[in-house]
Amino acid sequence: MSKSPWVLHYDGSSCNGCDIEVLASMTPVYDLERFGVVNTGDPKHADIFLITGGINAQNAPVVKQLYSQMPDPKVVVAVGICACDGGVFKECYNILGGVDKVIPVDLYVPGCAVKPESIIDGLRKAAVLLDEKEKRMKAGAPARKEG
Amino acid sequence: MVWQTVLRILLFLICAPFAGGLLDGLDRKASARMQGRQGPPVLQPFYDVWKLFHKQTIVVNRLQDFLVGGYFAFSVFTGCLFFAGGDLLLSFFALTLAEVFLFMAACSANSPYSSMGAQRELIQIMSYEPMLLLAAIGLYMVSGSFFVDDMVGRGASAIALLPGVFFGVVFVFVIKFRKSPFDISSSHHAHQEMVKGLTTELSGSELGLVELAGWYEDVLLLGFLALFVLNRGVWSIPAAVLTCLACYFLIVLVDNVFPRVRWDKMLGWAWAVTLIFGGANVLILALVR
Repeated sequence: MSKSPWVLHYDGSSCNGCDIEVLASMTPVYDLERFGVVNTGDPKHADIFLITGGINAQNAPVVKQLYSQMPDPKVVVAVGICACDGGVFKECYNILGGVDKVIPVDLYVPGCAVKPESIIDGLRKAAVLLDEKEKRMKAGAPARKEG
Repeated sequence: MVWQTVLRILLFLICAPFAGGLLDGLDRKASARMQGRQGPPVLQPFYDVWKLFHKQTIVVNRLQDFLVGGYFAFSVFTGCLFFAGGDLLLSFFALTLAEVFLFMAACSANSPYSSMGAQRELIQIMSYEPMLLLAAIGLYMVSGSFFVDDMVGRGASAIALLPGVFFGVVFVFVIKFRKSPFDISSSHHAHQEMVKGLTTELSGSELGLVELAGWYEDVLLLGFLALFVLNRGVWSIPAAVLTCLACYFLIVLVDNVFPRVRWDKMLGWAWAVTLIFGGANVLILALVR
């Protein structure tokens, strides 16, 4: 499972700084694909939910729906300090906080903007987490099918 | 002779997924190197499919299961028919039927991305079918039979008499392999077009089945290219293998160089190539004989 971590990259309310760094990680200089990482835009194909930006009232239901559309086992990575806890916008009236306000987060990658090296590090740790979750999934309840 | 046919079918059934996956891995590695990247390991497609079969499968409805299964079954059936030396036209029609199953699976999901991907898939089929049928006709004219066994049993390679048809087939195979510039319904790998087009609503083991069926189909397509080079002589076998690999590499190169085009350009270019290269070749053959 850790050899083929497919990523769903979603921008909550990010200034796009972290998004640009995530995309930079896919470029030849950093090349995430050598770890088997594929930036798929489809939650039904993804294993890792990579979110940038804080949560507000508009994107909270979207994030929840994307998370529910992803098949198990799945890992959530909050990239950037805004996704971790609201960052510089924590006190704003529209920001509810970090991603863990709406969905369970497995990995926090702080930074503003996050360095590609940190993103790669985070995704490698997330892949290892995927393996552990898959083991627990096999030992516990069988995979459920939703309608 | 029956056991020979059975052996060929078994060989295809067992070896094709490994060959197809390896081809996919080589494609990704070559593309990465062309882009100046290190790229994933060559065995990556096998890791991908292994992972997909170990994921939870979320189905939109039960019909989707059946339709994806139908697509897989008919893709494999087509390959078995072809490599057993059977009727080429029947193989093509079975392959089209497999595509229709995939199209219906995409439609049954009732999602806008999936439906649009399905419509584009139909346009793709419309773009490449004329060339494939013309190729079958050309091969019939050259070998006197629609059976694959008779086509490879000739004295000389078919490509000597059908260079235009061969070029046309390689051209439309860019569509079949889902590569730029003609990857408008569901692009290979991560290139997004309407999320994932055809395969948007598929997940887990269903997506894994679609990948596997794609590998069976890739081996079948390369086998069809080999048909133009194979003849009774034993040296035609390495020649055919080299030709297939060279054409596959060319398609990967084209994938990396060209951007995606609109559906009307794809349709126009494919039909133009069909008429000019395929049609002229077949016409000249008909007049000369």
